[in-house]
Amino acid sequence: MKTKVKPDKQKIKSILSRYQGDPGMLVAILQDVQAEYNYLPKEALVLVGEGLDVPLSQVYSVASFFKAFSLKPRGRHLINVCLGTACHVRGAGKVLDEIQRELNIKSGETTEDLRYTLETVNCVGACALGPIVVIDGSYSGQMTGGRVKPLLESYK
Amino acid sequence: MVTLTIDGRKLKAEEGQTILQVAQENNIYIPALCHNEAVKPYGACRLCLVEITRRGRTKLVASCLYEVEDGLEVKTGSDRVVNNRKMLMELLLARCPNNKEVQVLARKLGVEETSFQQDDEQCILCALCVRVCQEVVGVSAISLVNRGVNRQMATPYYEPSTACIGCGACAYICPVGAIKFEDVGDTRYIKWPSSQMEFKLKKCKTCGSYWMPERQLEYIIEKTGLPPETFDNCPDCRD
Amino acid sequence: MADKQASKRLNSVAALEALRKAIVVSRDPNKPCITVCGGTGCHSFGSEGVSDAFKKEIKKSKLDGKVEVKVTGCHGFCEKGPLVVIKPKDIFYQKVKAEDVPEIVAETVVGGNIIDRLLYTDPDTGKKVIHEPEVPFYQKQKRLVFGNNGLIDPTRIDDYIAVGGYAALGKALSGMTPEGVIKEVKKAGLRGRGGGGFPTGDKWQSCRDAEGEKRYIICNCDEGDPGAFMDRSLMEGNPHSVLEGMIIGAYAIGGGEGYIYVRNEYPLAVKNAQTAIEQAEEHGLLGKNILGSGFDFSVKISRGGGAFVCGESTALMASLEGKVGEPRAKYVHTVDKGLWEQPTNLNNVETWANVPLIIGNGADWYAKIGSEGSNGTKIFSLVGKINNTGLIEVPMGITLREIIYGIGGGIPDGKKFKAVQTGGPSGGCIPESLLDLPVDFDQLDKAGSMMGSGGMIIMDENSCMVDIAKYFINFLEGESCGKCLPCREGLKRMSQILTGITEGRGKDGDIELLERLSATLVDSSLCALGSTAPNPVLTTLRYFRDEYEAHIKDKRCPAGVCKALVTYSIDEEKCPGCGLCVKACPVEAITDMGKKKPVVLDQEKCIKCGACYDVCKLGAVVRK
Repeated sequence: MKTKVKPDKQKIKSILSRYQGDPGMLVAILQDVQAEYNYLPKEALVLVGEGLDVPLSQVYSVASFFKAFSLKPRGRHLINVCLGTACHVRGAGKVLDEIQRELNIKSGETTEDLRYTLETVNCVGACALGPIVVIDGSYSGQMTGGRVKPLLESYK
Repeated sequence: MVTLTIDGRKLKAEEGQTILQVAQENNIYIPALCHNEAVKPYGACRLCLVEITRRGRTKLVASCLYEVEDGLEVKTGSDRVVNNRKMLMELLLARCPNNKEVQVLARKLGVEETSFQQDDEQCILCALCVRVCQEVVGVSAISLVNRGVNRQMATPYYEPSTACIGCGACAYICPVGAIKFEDVGDTRYIKWPSSQMEFKLKKCKTCGSYWMPERQLEYIIEKTGLPPETFDNCPDCRD
Repeated sequence: MADKQASKRLNSVAALEALRKAIVVSRDPNKPCITVCGGTGCHSFGSEGVSDAFKKEIKKSKLDGKVEVKVTGCHGFCEKGPLVVIKPKDIFYQKVKAEDVPEIVAETVVGGNIIDRLLYTDPDTGKKVIHEPEVPFYQKQKRLVFGNNGLIDPTRIDDYIAVGGYAALGKALSGMTPEGVIKEVKKAGLRGRGGGGFPTGDKWQSCRDAEGEKRYIICNCDEGDPGAFMDRSLMEGNPHSVLEGMIIGAYAIGGGEGYIYVRNEYPLAVKNAQTAIEQAEEHGLLGKNILGSGFDFSVKISRGGGAFVCGESTALMASLEGKVGEPRAKYVHTVDKGLWEQPTNLNNVETWANVPLIIGNGADWYAKIGSEGSNGTKIFSLVGKINNTGLIEVPMGITLREIIYGIGGGIPDGKKFKAVQTGGPSGGCIPESLLDLPVDFDQLDKAGSMMGSGGMIIMDENSCMVDIAKYFINFLEGESCGKCLPCREGLKRMSQILTGITEGRGKDGDIELLERLSATLVDSSLCALGSTAPNPVLTTLRYFRDEYEAHIKDKRCPAGVCKALVTYSIDEEKCPGCGLCVKACPVEAITDMGKKKPVVLDQEKCIKCGACYDVCKLGAVVRK
């Protein structure tokens, strides 16, 4: 999978200064870096570590611990399937199975052509609409296995 | 000074000591796999759990972390403690069935076999290696990465770490021999469960033996400010 | 710009009251106001389109200045969203679409007429309900904490002040000592709403008494229980109520710096909380010398990184220190040594939001609400197989039956109630036989569950209890930090055993092994994630053991959920050959045999997804 990015030193510096170089804000800093590049490039982590005077091993540890972070480039469209208990009870598992089957990837992975990244999330707070699939922030409720293919096709 | 009771024995201890420290001083055995005096206690293996009774309430606590109090009653071998220990050992044995030290400990705790599907890990995730690298050596070359069942000890990106100085403290402190280090000729090989590194060893100007990784010497020179020539000779050849 | 800020700053409690008066006086209570619910549920149903349509229509009809449009916090009745309430008469319209807007403006706002088809129909009486308070869903509730959500635009501090906001803070700063505030909170009997139920006043006292240079005050908005979104709706819908509670708490404890830790998956909560903080600072309600009292307190927002374990207080604090969310033993409490080793007081969002009510109305008033040992109200997310999905606020002590049937409207599609899960992954499943249990901290504990943060998931006859136990264990396995042996390895093995059972590989001894593992996790885990993880397994074993045994001994899933134990087949007598199921099947396992001939299902190809079963209205697809 290509599309790896070379982060700009200035950009990283400006992100660090947003938090006054406070090492306690590492998680927030990494979120801003990921918002910028759609994933966490290796060089960015090195620069963050150097800028905060935090060992790279700790930055990497934090980046690999939290689900919000991706160390690999992500797809153009982010699919989030809600697996909250209410959605589960209404059949979210089947919806996820169908998406996995249709795209030939598992949750947490990105399609070869970098079109989709599939994630699961626990409760988006729209339980009345369950099962829910959120794509690029757009909610599709009362999903069934049968509605998966047309939904996916609407995203290039 | 405080007075506490461990397994019916009245013992004196200093404030600030942990139950484990007091037990060890008095030759009372409590298994403690993730514990080492060189680093701060971590409380991850849970094998050191003992039963305490305090103000009429009984609970299990990690003896490596719990500080002694006056009047504390401790039981290191009650049924509850032993049952927990055995199940923990079964879980550990299922994770590392082919590790010699784990097998020895299991037998010592009376666990012959495990009820679970067997994996084949060597690392017990006690984090002693990570802790010694951070707290004692001070370079934090390795860390625990990922979360939960995917947790591993690794170098960043599983690649050779620029911070590692090849000192081998991690291998030395590992209680189950999961980290291998070997000096062969002019090279030191360090092999962690998920990655490995090689280090060029410094050659003694006098006797010609290879004695310490050059990287480690660079680190010492940087930290102490001593002139590099100090380390031209190995310790045996130095005056 | 500096002048503008200086002019907004309130330098005394009297100035706050003067501002409040001025705002109230400037607002005409009879002016029509169209409130559109901006909560997550309604938002996903398209409420943004509705509020935009209203704004356009008001402009088009030249009613600017005469009619207000306000996007408010969550009203709670998510099932019927998008919700629109037209004030001052509180006319309640449900499932409103953008297309309905011109008619609403012309007919109701201008013409004063009710549009029948948009009204809620009471399913018991068949009658239409016009006014919001008369909707049966709301009648058994006591919306004290949540009540103001429908009245305010969360991004406007003036709205909050207009309904009495920050009066409690003024009362505390002008007429009470810090110790007096703690005494009042203790007297009120407020217990933590995040799941622990620890007496809040006691926690504040311990933190106040602790030795340290600096105190930290934290609001835990890392709401991780799947199916719970109460804190989200409070933080999005009324962030000032939480802030006010924190400031009063900081005053009582002697605190200097505050954090609101919001989970990563709640961007709107982060945004609204940030706006609220900025507005509070502008008004001198946060920062230095609050309302001229000499007391300083500031608040920052910190976002979580996507880890359920960070809802645990020590893991949360680790994450605030830039480390991974690993809990630590709490032999030394966080009120003594917490964030950066300083005394730290952490409370849940809903707990903080209760504080202004207690200080404003007094402990005696508060203590009259609720049940013995559990004063006040609790907000629950009522979700799953229930007719009226939404957020409810009820006095403690109300029974499960009243909630599920009196407020929730019972189970949809005429199905039978089976169990209710409370307390999320740390809680348990409660069966029908216990429906008359009063809901409070202690009663639910006795039944083997716990109240937890307030998630209430209803299940019907088509929910498999073994599948539910497996679901929770899998969830926790993915969220375990991995530090301690029992949780990391134990959950993995429990998941393996439960998966085996649901896939037809269950064997004798599995249940006993699950029970032994559970005991070890309860006793040896480092933190509450591990020690409460066995609860869903233990409660389902306690109340639904027969289901486990059916899976293990008979290789059968009575609820028809576990794929490996379920077979789909065609009832040839009922099948007319319409071919609907043929189209629905994602793997082309069903063949159309021609008109009026029953279809043929190839068992080899069948992936047990149930799409054919769902689509057939004639019962010709049989599931066993």
